Amino acid sequence: MTSKEKVYPTIDAAVADIPDGATIMFGGFGGAGFPNNLIQGLARQGARNLGVISNNCGTGEGELGLLFKNRQISRVIAAFPGPGAKYFQEQFDAGEIELELVPQGILCERMRAFGAGIPAFFSPVGVGTEIGRGKEERMIRGKRYILEQALGADYAFIRAYRADRMGNLVYRKAARNFNPIMATAAKSTIVEVEEVVATGKLDPETIVTPSIFVDRIVQAEGKRYA
Amino acid sequence: MPKARLTREQIAERAALELPDGAYVNLGWGIPNLIAAYVPSQVTVYFHSENGILGMGPRAKPGEEDFDLVDAMKVPVTLLPGGSYFSQDDAHVMTRGGHLDICILGGLQVSEHGDLANWRVPGAKGAGGIGGAMDISVGAQKLLVTMEHTAKDGSPKIVKTCSYPLTAIDCVDTIITDLAVIDVTPEGLVLREVAPGFTPEEVQTFTEPKLRYSTKVPEMRLQQR
Repeated sequence: MTSKEKVYPTIDAAVADIPDGATIMFGGFGGAGFPNNLIQGLARQGARNLGVISNNCGTGEGELGLLFKNRQISRVIAAFPGPGAKYFQEQFDAGEIELELVPQGILCERMRAFGAGIPAFFSPVGVGTEIGRGKEERMIRGKRYILEQALGADYAFIRAYRADRMGNLVYRKAARNFNPIMATAAKSTIVEVEEVVATGKLDPETIVTPSIFVDRIVQAEGKRYA
Repeated sequence: MPKARLTREQIAERAALELPDGAYVNLGWGIPNLIAAYVPSQVTVYFHSENGILGMGPRAKPGEEDFDLVDAMKVPVTLLPGGSYFSQDDAHVMTRGGHLDICILGGLQVSEHGDLANWRVPGAKGAGGIGGAMDISVGAQKLLVTMEHTAKDGSPKIVKTCSYPLTAIDCVDTIITDLAVIDVTPEGLVLREVAPGFTPEEVQTFTEPKLRYSTKVPEMRLQQR
């Protein structure tokens, strides 16, 4: 795999083979670090019955809102779908979308566990709340914990600032957010970046996501929706 | 005519006095978001944002916004010298792992045992959203809740048992409202301060569980300005 060309010429080429029914992680938080070009490419591509793992569910037609508007998503795992996620909320209220709400840090940790080969872990978050309902509980050193399952996906769609041609990634400010974790937890990670540079041009000390976690790279100017 | 309670800004002003010098702090939505403006000048604290910022500074000035540098409410902010960026999982290593000295969240209900409900009103439309509140509540070294003392319909928000969906159990240390400062202790709720113009007995009438207090309860401290 190491010698494989990872740089794709276009967004549409990078998402062309996503099948119906795929589960996809989407990075981004607070308008920053969303792979909006890949999302729009997936809207053009038209895959349906998708499962989505994301902190939130879009803002109007921006971010994931477009895929909800197109009714391409049927299952969601999220921490904060968001009041601005108009199309998601309409379809959720109509009973058309299956939703699992997850505490935000546990969403991170479940993905991190998957990427690290840990199948499940005990957590203090959600003990005694509806999040803990139905989950195995155990006392460890005198405190209550619940068992949380690792969370993986078929694809991760992420946004970074710069990639080299091998797929090493650096991010910009708070646009990093969920992107590096998701890169580790999907069978295939597709990244859109502001700039692709020659291999060796990134300072190894600053690389946040090493190339082993990245499968496809495509250059696209960042788009933002508030 | 009911007596005037503290404003939301005054609740924030009082809460800011609970911040120890040098603390790493996370502020939640609502009244907590107002607190940064009232940090006393002799106190330095470092703000954490769960999307991956430590050492977050004030809001960016108009024209100087960088939309890759936003807080948890999507507002463009700044980074202070010594600040850092990291991923969301590391941000929650800080929350859940007990690394934050003090966190201040809004509340819908707090029970006398320190249970917090703050993410969903029963029967509300839409999916609701947990965000980082559960991780923060569980992990904070000290958890303060700032909120109005009673709901819009006048019912107490400090209750024997929360009827709203819980955020975390046994997590709240101190409640600061428009009527009082109350500490959650193993012996029950202790009334530490009352709002100017109110008596402990009056505060008790707006509070479901029994409050413990001494004969002389001081007035809530507000800053000299």
